[in-house]
Amino acid sequence: MTSEIKNILLAGVGGQGTLLASEVLSEVLMQAGYDVKKSEIHGMSQRGGSVTSHVRFGSKVHSPLIHEGQADILFGFELLETYRYLPMLRKGGQVLLNEQQILPAPVAIGTDQYPQGIAAKICAACPATRVVDGLNLALQAGNQRTVNTVLLGALSGMLDLEEKLWLEVIAHKVPERFLPENLAAFALGRNS
Amino acid sequence: MQRSLMSGNEAIARGAFEAGVRVASAYPGTPSTEILENAVNYPSIDASWSPNEKVALEVGIGASFGGARALVAMKHVGVNVAADPLFTLSYIGVRGGLVLVCADDPEMHSSQNEQDSRNYAKFAKVPMFEPSDSEEARAFTRLAFELSEEFDTPVMLRTNTRISHGKSIVNLQEPVSGLPEPSLVRDPAKMVMLPANARRRHPLVEERIRRLEEWAGEQPFNRVEEGTGEVGVICSGIAYQYARQLLPEAHILKLGMVYPLPKQLIRDFAGRCKTLYVIEELDPFIEEQIRAMGIEVKGKEIIPLCGELTPGRLETALKGDEQAAPFIHPEELPGRPPNMCAGCSHRGVFYTLKKLGAFVTGDIGCYTLGFLPPLSAMDTCVCMGAGISNATGLTKVLPPEEKQKVVGVMGDSTFLHTGINSLIDMVYNGGCGTVMILDNRITAMTGRQENPTSGQTLSGIESPPIDLQALCRVIGVEHVQIIDPYDLGQTTAVLKQEMARPELSVIIARRPCMLDRRKGPEPTPPLRVVEENCSSCKACLKLGCPAIEWQQDGAKPLARINSSQCSGCQLCLQLCKFEAIEVCDDE
Ligand SMILES: Cc1ncc(C[n+]2csc(CCOP(=O)(O)OP(=O)(O)O)c2C)c(N)n1
Repeated sequence: MTSEIKNILLAGVGGQGTLLASEVLSEVLMQAGYDVKKSEIHGMSQRGGSVTSHVRFGSKVHSPLIHEGQADILFGFELLETYRYLPMLRKGGQVLLNEQQILPAPVAIGTDQYPQGIAAKICAACPATRVVDGLNLALQAGNQRTVNTVLLGALSGMLDLEEKLWLEVIAHKVPERFLPENLAAFALGRNS
Repeated sequence: MQRSLMSGNEAIARGAFEAGVRVASAYPGTPSTEILENAVNYPSIDASWSPNEKVALEVGIGASFGGARALVAMKHVGVNVAADPLFTLSYIGVRGGLVLVCADDPEMHSSQNEQDSRNYAKFAKVPMFEPSDSEEARAFTRLAFELSEEFDTPVMLRTNTRISHGKSIVNLQEPVSGLPEPSLVRDPAKMVMLPANARRRHPLVEERIRRLEEWAGEQPFNRVEEGTGEVGVICSGIAYQYARQLLPEAHILKLGMVYPLPKQLIRDFAGRCKTLYVIEELDPFIEEQIRAMGIEVKGKEIIPLCGELTPGRLETALKGDEQAAPFIHPEELPGRPPNMCAGCSHRGVFYTLKKLGAFVTGDIGCYTLGFLPPLSAMDTCVCMGAGISNATGLTKVLPPEEKQKVVGVMGDSTFLHTGINSLIDMVYNGGCGTVMILDNRITAMTGRQENPTSGQTLSGIESPPIDLQALCRVIGVEHVQIIDPYDLGQTTAVLKQEMARPELSVIIARRPCMLDRRKGPEPTPPLRVVEENCSSCKACLKLGCPAIEWQQDGAKPLARINSSQCSGCQLCLQLCKFEAIEVCDDE
């Protein structure tokens, strides 16, 4: 195990399951033997606000917060939110980008504009960007609410952790009746 | 030994369980709420929501009088409400250990101020622990109960949002056994705090703090971590984690207890460091006490007084200029403010209040989001319960034509928290305002906790739902009406009539919280826009409903309803004059 600390920043919109995803990720990291810290702000998560979760792991983690410009992976659940947190990414870091667009209130009521061409801007700033069509894959898996599991599948391909651990933790965290579609979603994301 | 990834709040509940706590009481408040939500899962703990923090603490004190260990939890501003019993409890002490957990919210992620609760420990003369991760949250909670009984004192444990909501690894321990069974014991000299008794107790309190200070100097939770340089840092809580990360070479005196401070330990440590920093979030609480000892330190002249301390802010403070981010946005991005949910029962009320030009003395809850555009219908918000009493004061001084515009608004949980006292005052002193209670049968803002209107307790036991209408009547309000906030016609008519009425009246807007399907009605089918009929008038957008989106990419701009978000509340349908919104009755 390296003594170096890795930083993953999750960014999304309340209701997308960002917090459950960071829960699964942190649990997998602990099972893999790392020291892990996870920090996020609840509260507004159910009310359509912007949501971030900081996950840090290594042999010994002190600060639960990722320093500006030091995230190794920016794990983005929505276009605008991923773009918003791009300054958190370190030089040479990677982005995992879900191509979904969710309108913030000022745009929905017509008083502001959703920025155009975000995916291209992110790819230009960070060549190591992996784009995933999470919604489409979730629909293939049989439930549009499994976007977060699709994305975890895609993330799992970027981290050197046993697949078995992911499957065990998902089975533990997801209610049984939703498990088959979540396992399908994870596989689709991992192979995407 | 079992390891588990836990939030600070889960770990505090675990620590309470391990310490043999019998009673846990609290009023919800971010970031403290999950402490009780986890405590209730331990069958050995009787965990309950009180209507406010003062009551919660008094319930805990009662359990302690009986010889049981009691945990009481609240957010920082809750301690303001509970301060009265807290200060006298400090004189009384405890029989069963009593720990008051208070969760601060630097940066005000979900709060109206960022007061630093460490000041309460000094003010009330009680010891205070401050954990720096979840493992310490568990261990300090457990230890706090032993300390409470050993030193005959309530003990405070302070967290912040990062500790309470952050997760890290916890080593679970076996619970204690062999605690004495609760029983009645009379001890009036200690438990009846009238002047003669209190005068005898006060010197004991001062002596207790002196003994605690001595004791704390020898405990492993106040420890020196040797570094290699000449720089020393004194810190505690989350600030310790940031200091450790940014100054790996520094000598660190890490304090697990922030009051009373281990003065001798600090003197010895300071003597060994050429440059000494005190790194703390918010107030110069530790810094001022160290300066008062005659020791020179660097602190708040470089470290921010306001907001959260983050690794970035601390680095800027220590090293001078800010590090440039590798990426800077060339454009301004639209914000993503929180919003009331689609189908929220508060939306129609605020739409109507705005339309009628009401001056809304508001309060704290999900409905505070009525402040945001496009509803923009809240004019004041101070603290829980103030919505009604602010209206009383305001109508005392306004000219008659302006008096009628004043409407005091609050939710059911806020009304039962302290709003009821405000209403009693209004009735008693002949106030003439209009009061609205937004009764969604739940404490929604903090994550839908049960309250006395819900018909259920925290542990899922049924209890009689309080009858708010009868309650208002019995206080002496003559005009009390219940309306359905989904019915805009009725809401407008009743509000208009009651605002015009020269006497006091109460309107109860009743609809269960959209997210609480347990007690709520069956889901209703979503709506859709009939594109040919939409005249692009934007009337429906005035609701600020997250399910309605303004589309500008077609032949004409028009509203679109996102069927996966729409709850079918039909407010927009009532606003549309062109029959351009209809119910999807496909299936
Ligand atoms: C003294 C104090 N305690 C707790 C809180 C946290 N808090 C904010 S709003 C709220 C409850 C709101 O419930 P209710 O009045 O029923 O309105 P709803 O959110 O359901 O619309 C609580 C507990 C606070 N702000 N101040």
